[in-house]
Amino acid sequence: MSTELTDLSLLELSNRLSEGTVTSRDATEACLRRIGEVDGTVRAFLRIDAEGALARADAADARAREGARLGPLDGVPLALKDNFLQEGRIVSAASKMLEHFVAPYDATVVQRLEGAGAVLLGHVNQDAFAMGSSTETSAFGCTGNPYDVTRTPGGSSGGSAAAVAAREIYGAMGTDTGGSIRQPAALTNTVGLKPTYGRVSRYGVISYASSLDQPGPLTRTVADAAAMLQVIAGVDEKDATSAPHAVPDFSAHLDRGVEGLRIGFVREHLGDGVDPEVRDALLAAAEAYEAMGATLVDVELPYSRQALATYYLIATAEASSNLARYDGVRYGHRAASPEDLNALYARSRSEGFGPEVKRRILLGTYALSAGFYDAYYVKAQKVRTLIRGDFDQAFQKVDVLMGPTSPVPAFKLGEKLEDPLAMYLMDVFTLPCNLAGLPGISVPCGFTGGGLPIGLQLIGRPWDEAGLLRVAAAYERHAPHHRRAPTL
Amino acid sequence: MSRLTLDTVRHVARLSRLALTEAEEEATRKELEAVLAAMDAIAQVPTEQVEPTSHALLIGALWRADTVRPGLTNEEALANAPQARDGSFAVPRVIE
Amino acid sequence: MPIADFQPVIGLEVHAQLLTDTKLFCGCPTSFGAAPNTQVCPVCLGMPGVLPSLNAQAVRFAVRTGLALGCRVREQSAWSRKNYFYPDLPKGYQITQFERPICEGGALVVDAPSGEIRVRLHHIHIEEDAGKSVHDAEGGASLVDLNRAGVPLLEIVGEPDLRSSEEAAEYLKALRDVLMYLGVNDGNLEEGSFRCDANVSVMPKGSKTLGQRVELKNINSFRFVRQAIDYEIARQVDVIESGGTILQETRLWDTVRGETRAMRSKEDAHDYRYFPEPDLPPLRISPELIESERAQLPELPRALRQRLMSQYGLAADVAGVLTSDRALVTWFEETAALTPDARRVANWCQGELLRVLKETGTSLQALKMTPAMFARLLQLVENGTLSQNAAKDVLDEMVRSGREAQVIVEEKGLGQINDEGAVAAVVDEVLGAHAAEVEKYRGGQQKLFGFLMGQVMKALRGKGNPQLVNRLLRDRLEG
Ligand SMILES: [Mg+2]
Ligand SMILES: [Zn+2]
Repeated sequence: MSTELTDLSLLELSNRLSEGTVTSRDATEACLRRIGEVDGTVRAFLRIDAEGALARADAADARAREGARLGPLDGVPLALKDNFLQEGRIVSAASKMLEHFVAPYDATVVQRLEGAGAVLLGHVNQDAFAMGSSTETSAFGCTGNPYDVTRTPGGSSGGSAAAVAAREIYGAMGTDTGGSIRQPAALTNTVGLKPTYGRVSRYGVISYASSLDQPGPLTRTVADAAAMLQVIAGVDEKDATSAPHAVPDFSAHLDRGVEGLRIGFVREHLGDGVDPEVRDALLAAAEAYEAMGATLVDVELPYSRQALATYYLIATAEASSNLARYDGVRYGHRAASPEDLNALYARSRSEGFGPEVKRRILLGTYALSAGFYDAYYVKAQKVRTLIRGDFDQAFQKVDVLMGPTSPVPAFKLGEKLEDPLAMYLMDVFTLPCNLAGLPGISVPCGFTGGGLPIGLQLIGRPWDEAGLLRVAAAYERHAPHHRRAPTL
Repeated sequence: MSRLTLDTVRHVARLSRLALTEAEEEATRKELEAVLAAMDAIAQVPTEQVEPTSHALLIGALWRADTVRPGLTNEEALANAPQARDGSFAVPRVIE
Repeated sequence: MPIADFQPVIGLEVHAQLLTDTKLFCGCPTSFGAAPNTQVCPVCLGMPGVLPSLNAQAVRFAVRTGLALGCRVREQSAWSRKNYFYPDLPKGYQITQFERPICEGGALVVDAPSGEIRVRLHHIHIEEDAGKSVHDAEGGASLVDLNRAGVPLLEIVGEPDLRSSEEAAEYLKALRDVLMYLGVNDGNLEEGSFRCDANVSVMPKGSKTLGQRVELKNINSFRFVRQAIDYEIARQVDVIESGGTILQETRLWDTVRGETRAMRSKEDAHDYRYFPEPDLPPLRISPELIESERAQLPELPRALRQRLMSQYGLAADVAGVLTSDRALVTWFEETAALTPDARRVANWCQGELLRVLKETGTSLQALKMTPAMFARLLQLVENGTLSQNAAKDVLDEMVRSGREAQVIVEEKGLGQINDEGAVAAVVDEVLGAHAAEVEKYRGGQQKLFGFLMGQVMKALRGKGNPQLVNRLLRDRLEG
C-alpha cells in the first residue's frame, strides 16, 4: 500500500486529499516509511522533522474535512534543499560551517509553502553551499542516484532530485545558479524548473551567487512543477531583485500542445563532448515535437561557448563576497582558542569550508582583486551582455529553445571529484540560462541502454514560464518517461 | 594571461581569510592556474563597445517604507553565537 | 623651514547619520543608547540568506542634501560592496556606493572669520554603518554590538580646499547646520551621528605639488578637529624637517594623549575588491522625486543669516547665534512680527531666552511660552512697565509656569511705579531726610546724585521707573 501511495504524483495525491480518499497523515507516514526503506541507500535526507510534519499533516486533514483546503499543496509532503531557512530548524547548506546553525527565521519560499499548507518533511542533501554538480561536496556524505546508487544524482540539488525520483517525497525545492536544479533533474528522470531570475524570492535562501541564484521546484511531472511554482512565485519586499510582474496561472496552458509554436534547436549543444545516447534522445525529442505540429528552427548561440568561463568568474566573485559572513563570530563553526582575530577568521573558515568552496572563494577573490578586476570580472560581465544578446536574437525567431540538459548521463561517484574542470563542464548547457536570467526546465527524455535517465532542457523567454511549461507538458504527454520508476 | 605565483596565492588566501598549508598553497596554485587557463578564452572576445551586465533582467527596484519592524531579542540574536558575553559577540581582542 | 613656511592642505570626509526611523536595509530602529544587540534582526546581523531592502526615506534624504549643496543628482546610481573582514562588519562587506554615487559635484560656501571659503564637494554617497566593538573588556576579548550596523549614513566627501584647522572647523559647523536645517541629521557629534575623517598634507608655501596625505580618524568634536589637524600638521613638518618622508597611512586621534598614531588594524595594504552589489538593482531616481524634494527645500543657514541682517538690521554675530538653531529663528521671526523693535527681540532671543532654556533644561519645542506671550513680555519692557532686570525674572517665571507676563507682574507686584505724584512724594521725603547730602550736592559734590537716587529707589522697593525718578530728583536738586 505504501509504495502505491508514494508513487502518486503531487497533483494525483492532492486530488485524493480533496476527495477525502487519502489523508495527509497517510501520505506523510507513507513518505516516512518509504524513506525508512530506501534512504539508507539513496542518502537524500539530512534531517527529518517527522513530528512537525505529522502535526502539519493533521492540521491539513482537519482543513480537508471541513472542505477548507488551502489549495493544491495543502497536506502534500515536500522537502527542502538544505539552503532554505526554516525557523527553529538546523539548516547547514550541507557544510560543516553551519552544521549546528539553527535558523532564526523562515525563507519567503518556506513561508509561502507553509502558508499553502504544504507538509515540510525535512532538509535534503546538496553540494556544500550549492557549489558542485554531483552532491559530492556535501560535508555529510554523497547522495546516490536512485537509478544507480553508485552514480551521482547530479548537483547541487542532488538530494532534492534523488528524493523525488526515489518516491520518498512528492516534490522538493532546489536552487539553480548554473544548472543546479535542471542538471540533477536530468540525471534522475525528474522535472526541474528554474524560473526567470526574480520570479521567486531568494530571501532566506543561503546565497551562492546572488545575480544567478534562483529557487525552483523539482517534481515528477510538469504539472506538479507548475503547481509548486504557483505558490512560491511573486514579488517579495524582502528581496529587492524580486520582480513586481503579475504572476500568471502557470497551469493554464499545460494542455494546449505545441501546434504552431516555433522551437529553436541549439545545434552547438549536440557537438563534441555530448554522449551519443544523449544526442540520439534529443534528436528523437525534436522529431516528436515536429510530429506534434511544432516548427523546428536551427538556432545559434555563438557566445554560449564563453558561458563556462563567464559563469565561473562571476559566480565565484559573488560567492567570495557572499561567504565572507562565515567568520565564526555570530554563528557557524569557530576554531578552538584562536590566538588572535585573524587566526579566528582564517582557522574557522579553513576548518568550516570544504575544498570546493575554498577553491571557489580563492578564484573569486582573485577575480575581484586589484590588478585583475578588469581583466576577469568586468570582462566576464561584458561577455555576459553578449550571451544575453544571443538569446534576445534567438527569441525573435522562436518561442522556446531546446537542447540536452547535461552532456552526459549520471557518472560514477568519485569519478570527477578530483578534476574541477571536468566537473564544471557538466553545467555547460545549463549556465547560459542563468547568465541571461531566463527560465529553463529539464524534463525526462528517455534512458540510456544502461538505464540511466536523460534530460531535455527547454529555455523560455523571460517571464514566460507558462509557455515553457506548456511545451514541456506536451513532450511529457507524448513520451511519459517519468512513469519509469527506479528499482530500489 | 598572468601565470600564478605562490605569492599571489598567499595574497589571495590572506584576503579570503583562508589558511593554507604549504602543500595546499602549491596545489591551489596549480588548480587555479588550470582553471584560469580555461577562463582565458574570454580574453579573446572583443568587448570594446559592450556594456557590462551586473543584473541580467532588472526592472524597477523595490523600496521599503521607513517603518520599524520587529527584530530579534538579544537572546535570539546571540543564540547561534559560538562565544558571547554581556549581550555581545565576543572575539579575541582587537587592537586598533 | 619653520612651520609657517608650510601650507597645510585639508580635505574632510563627513559621515552623517540620516535621521530615518529604521536602518538602511532592514526595519530595525536607529535610536542611540539601546542595550547591546537589541536593535538587530537577521538582516543587520548578516545571517545566512538575508537580503537588503532599501529604505526609501534614506534615498529622499540623500537627494534633498544633494540638491541643497548644488550637486548633480544621478538619475541612476549603483550600489557596491566594499569587502573586508572586521568583527563589527557582519556580512564581511559594507554596502556602499563607489563607481556611481548618488550625488556628484556641488559646493558649500562658508563664512569664516578669515573670510568666505568655498569648499567644493567631490561627491556624496549613501552607505551603511558598521557596528561597534568594545576593546577593553576583561579576558583579552573585544565585544561586538551590532545595533549600529546598517544605520544609514551619508558620506560627504569634500575636495582639499581647506587651508587651516580653523577653516576645517568652520566648514564642519556650516555643513552640520545645513544638514540639521534639512532635517536629515541631528548633528550630534558625541553620539557619533556626525563624524569626520580628515585628509591632511603639507607642502612648502607656493608649491603646486600636494604632499603625501595622511588620513585621520576618530575626530568626534569640533575641538578635536582643530587639535588633531594642528598636531598632524606639526608632526608632518617635523618629519619633513628631519629628513623623513610622510607615509601614506591612516592615523587615529588619541583624545587622551592628544596625538595621532598609526592604526594597527589598517596595517596591511587593503584591497577592498569593490564590485556592483548583486543583491540590489541600480538606484533609479525619478525626476518627480527630485522635483518634490527641490520644492520642499528650506532656506539654508547662510541665506537665512543674510536675510536676517538685511530684513531686520541684525548684526552678523547676532544673526549667527540665531541661525545656529533653525527653531530659534522661527521663534524670533514670530515674535518680531508682533513687536515694533526686532533688534530688541533678537537680543532677547540670543541672550535671555537661550539662558533660561539652558538653565531650565528645556527646548524651544517643549516651551510652554508662545512667541505671542514673549512679545507681550517685551512690550512691557518697551512701555516702561518692567525694567530689564524685572523682565528677566518674569521670563524665568513664564518659562517655568507657562503663565502670561501681565499675570505674573500683577501677582508679584513687579510693575514699575510710573505715577508721577507718588514718586514725587517719595523724592521729597528722601530729600527732607538727607538735607546734609543735598547741601553738599549743591555745593558741587555731583557724585552724591547716585546716592540720593539709590535712596529713592530703596524707598520705592526698586520699582520706581528709573527715568522718572531721575528726572524728578534732578528737577528738585537743580531747581
Ligand atoms: Mg565611508
Ligand atoms: Zn536589522
